[in-house]
Amino acid sequence: MELCSFLTLDSLIKDPLAHNFMRKALLMSSLVAAVCGFLSSYLTLKGWALMGDAVSHSVMPGVVVAYALGLPFSLGAFIFGVGSVALIGFIKQKSRVKEDTVIGLVFTGFFALGIVLVSKIKSNIDLHSILFGSPLGISLSDVKQTIFISLLVVMLLSIFRKDLMLYCFDPRHAKTVGINVFFLHYLLLTCLSLAAVVGLQSVGIILVVAMLITPGATAYLLTDKFDNMTIISVLSAIISSLIGIYFSFWFDLETGGSIVLAQTFIFLFAFLFAPRYGIFKLKKLFTGYK
Amino acid sequence: METTNYQNFRIDAENICVDYNGKVALYDANLRLKPGQICGLVGMNGAGKTTFFNALTGFVKISKGKIRINGESLRSAQKDQTIAYVPQNEGIDSQFPINVWDVVMMGRYGSMNILRCPRESDVQAVKDAIARVDLTDHLSTPIGNLSGGQRKRTFLARAIAQRASILLLDEPFAGVDIRTEKLISELFIQFKNEGKTILLSTHDMIHVREFCDLVLLINKTVVAYGETSEVFTPENITTTFGGISPDFLFGPES
Repeated sequence: MELCSFLTLDSLIKDPLAHNFMRKALLMSSLVAAVCGFLSSYLTLKGWALMGDAVSHSVMPGVVVAYALGLPFSLGAFIFGVGSVALIGFIKQKSRVKEDTVIGLVFTGFFALGIVLVSKIKSNIDLHSILFGSPLGISLSDVKQTIFISLLVVMLLSIFRKDLMLYCFDPRHAKTVGINVFFLHYLLLTCLSLAAVVGLQSVGIILVVAMLITPGATAYLLTDKFDNMTIISVLSAIISSLIGIYFSFWFDLETGGSIVLAQTFIFLFAFLFAPRYGIFKLKKLFTGYK
Repeated sequence: METTNYQNFRIDAENICVDYNGKVALYDANLRLKPGQICGLVGMNGAGKTTFFNALTGFVKISKGKIRINGESLRSAQKDQTIAYVPQNEGIDSQFPINVWDVVMMGRYGSMNILRCPRESDVQAVKDAIARVDLTDHLSTPIGNLSGGQRKRTFLARAIAQRASILLLDEPFAGVDIRTEKLISELFIQFKNEGKTILLSTHDMIHVREFCDLVLLINKTVVAYGETSEVFTPENITTTFGGISPDFLFGPES
């Protein structure tokens, strides 16, 4: 009898919520997922997946330096995130090396600098938690910072939602009708750096890349409308965060990894069964629709 | 006043030069167009046609020279929605999740508030523009599901919705069906009567003779510029295309 009630779905879902760290982890990861998911649809459409990879790795030395100087993480991360992009642009312009090579070159350089700094600067920074996140051990000040940054990014993306869509779709038209393309470019990069900072705490630098790429890619397979794409991207990111955290609790798994795995599974599902763009085209199976 | 000179011209580009990282793409190019004029921009691939458009839309910085639109700077022309650009089909990501209505609405963005909330007048302008290109049945069709001609018409509608007085069209006849070609031809005549100024790049010599009052032959710089009947000669075309004769390029009857 006792065993039965323990195994009910109700208790499986409610029991973890009795723990404070789990509530915090669920809240934080959902927030991060929402921010990264929102941004992800822009990155997917702009073809900036590699850029997301680059910026999220490049913020690493910024975080360490900010920590050493007693400044907010986000400031250091932002400076290095934007700095890496500026450097990528500069090297691309001044040399004959191709863009993807330059991106790989710059972000690994920044990332290595971060690792060296962590080992050199005497601090409490735990390399493992930066790399893989520690959503179950988030401090109160981190919670506040994450909430603040998440709200800021969501607000910025919401205000400039349509301009950013136009910027991704047809930047020349944006320029022609007097919209400040330079501003939008850096706005997107700023949001990317900020998302990397908040993602860093939840899933870590390495897996934040997945948070920035996978939800957008999943949504891209499921709809032909931009607004729906954003909504699906955010929802799939939040749902996979919740699934990932619960699974990590139930089966004692690495949390960041489970979140990203959940996202990957949702993507695979869309890849196989998306109504129009999936391999098996579910809609076609049921209705004969082509 | 010096500026009064310029005001007779919709587009006044004087000695413009564009280089990409020191590599010259266009130099000493001049162009003057008045209201109601249609000008064909003809040159080989890589001759600087797209660069010319980029300069006129402000998408690349000119390293030398001056561009005046209605006697004013390019920036104020952009703010006033004076210039509309219709891209080549290849220049657009056709898999972008957006439908016809939303693309045409983008023509109104420049005159909307920061959130780009359409007003009644914007909705009407978009409806009218879509009707003019005969796409009313496809309002909510994703652009990925349109034919090449329909996609071209969508971007023409965007330019119409923008109510720009200058239209820059990159290869408007490339990859379109006969119906679209006919519709575009009719629109050109209407635009001309409305006093719009059109600059179009094309590979098709027949279209140049058919529509263009003026022709601008370029090969990194202006080879020849003037009225089509005077400038569009076999000699000039040969020079523009690097010594290849028009017979070889377009067949003996061209």
